[in-house]
Amino acid sequence: MNKNGPIALLFNGLIISFMLAPLVIVCLVAFTPGNTLTIPTTEFSLRWFAAVFDHSDFVTAFWNSLWLAIASASLSTAIAIPAGLAITRFQFKGRDALNGLFLSPLIVPHLVLGVALLRLFSLIGATGSFGWLILAHTLIVTPFVLRLIVAASSGMDSHCEDAARSLGASRGTVFWRVTLPMILPGVTGGWLLAFINSFDEVTMSIFVTSPVTVTLPVRMYMYATESVDPLMAAVSALMVALTAGVMVILDRLYGLDKVLVGEK
Amino acid sequence: MSQTKSNAPWLLSAPAIALFVALLLAPMLMTAVLSFNVFDYNTGIKNAYTLDHYIAVFTDDYYYEVFWRTFWIAAVTTGICLLVGVPEAYILSRMKTPWRSIFLLIVLAPLLVSVVVRAFGWSLLLGPRGIFNQISLALDLGNIKILYTEWAVIIALVHVMLPFMIIPIWTSLQKLDPGVENAALSLAATPFATLRRVIFPQVVPGILSGSLIVFGLSASAFAIPGLLGGRRLKMVATVVYDEYLHELNWPLGATLALILLVANLVVMLSYNKILERKYQKSMGVA
Repeated sequence: MNKNGPIALLFNGLIISFMLAPLVIVCLVAFTPGNTLTIPTTEFSLRWFAAVFDHSDFVTAFWNSLWLAIASASLSTAIAIPAGLAITRFQFKGRDALNGLFLSPLIVPHLVLGVALLRLFSLIGATGSFGWLILAHTLIVTPFVLRLIVAASSGMDSHCEDAARSLGASRGTVFWRVTLPMILPGVTGGWLLAFINSFDEVTMSIFVTSPVTVTLPVRMYMYATESVDPLMAAVSALMVALTAGVMVILDRLYGLDKVLVGEK
Repeated sequence: MSQTKSNAPWLLSAPAIALFVALLLAPMLMTAVLSFNVFDYNTGIKNAYTLDHYIAVFTDDYYYEVFWRTFWIAAVTTGICLLVGVPEAYILSRMKTPWRSIFLLIVLAPLLVSVVVRAFGWSLLLGPRGIFNQISLALDLGNIKILYTEWAVIIALVHVMLPFMIIPIWTSLQKLDPGVENAALSLAATPFATLRRVIFPQVVPGILSGSLIVFGLSASAFAIPGLLGGRRLKMVATVVYDEYLHELNWPLGATLALILLVANLVVMLSYNKILERKYQKSMGVA
């Protein structure tokens, strides 16, 4: 392996600062004691964090986002496990087409999905329904879960399943006692990735949420277009903290580099 | 794996298929129909059909300008991501073990932070009180206005898209045999020639898929132009949003969204074709 020269290291330093700059500034400004968006220099204050919790809009939106992310990640895991096993364990006509269909929400812009779902919801009278919103989020997070499950189940030794079956285990037993435990890291990694993607999603959600079902990123978007005060910075800093927390768990469970870069 | 004629795989994927048919295929079809529906500002969407919205989009200078702006911003973003992402991925791949994964994570982790938060961060950095304007004022260069210009949108888009460029390039660099690089160097190739003739051709597939992802996502980006472009600087996604939620002209909004989808696919497929041909030529495959 050849070493990087000083110019290369400087370049790397610049890129790293570029990537961190907007997140760092948001977290700094959140601690300002004043009323304007400035970096505090002499005094630090938690008043804007306190203000977030007094702002019932943001609190409601946070709970909406949290339940939505938990429900859609769980539902998409529940449907992606059998679908993922169908794709890896069987060779059948239409397998590639099916795989392509399941991954297509990654290619169709969320904007287009948003307007399409708004049309569906308005025709069937589902606007403002939290249940339908969960289904919409399930659709967009399923590719993430499916990819990790497909990677985990094609990476595991399927002879283990054959061995269990030949020893007289039923199909159900094989799944619950052999397959599922072996693909579990992929399943939990997929669930968390789905959770964070649902929690962060704004472009599709802005079309299909109502004032009652509004999610935190949508509420933040609306707030940022209307007003400029450090409240927005405090909410953002809390979101960064929450994301960092999920990232640590994701790293312990599955390896963050594997989740982000994809399976090896 | 067994070739099967049973319907087991279809039964297993039935719930997922049902979801994708009901919430992806059917709504897309409905939207395509919607884009041909007649719209009246007083009575709303009618059951009659017309090509008016398509004609309006293709003949109105305003939409032409919006589409043109969207695609050049997406193209510039893709270009910058290429110029920055390729060397950065290469530098990262040459780092020693602890630093390598630490820096890779720092570059990729912002992917998991909501795009609204990142856009807000950039509005702080690029605004009148932001660091760039402060430096310019300190140097007596006067106020520089970046926020609410194309460049604010491009800078923030590069920040959001860079991980999508680095991931596929990183993946193809990982597959590279380091022995090949050393062989080229030991055969007296200069480091630059090694980079250009040995390493680069092997990461072209990664560069290609990275560029396609970045272009597609940039052209349909919504929150970044919405928050950093201001009221006047519209991209297709923000115009679609206005048509839907302010003008309430859903058929026109649907038309714009579908044209964006198709234009995106056309640009991506032709880019793919051109690069593939060039790549095959350089690898000596006809």
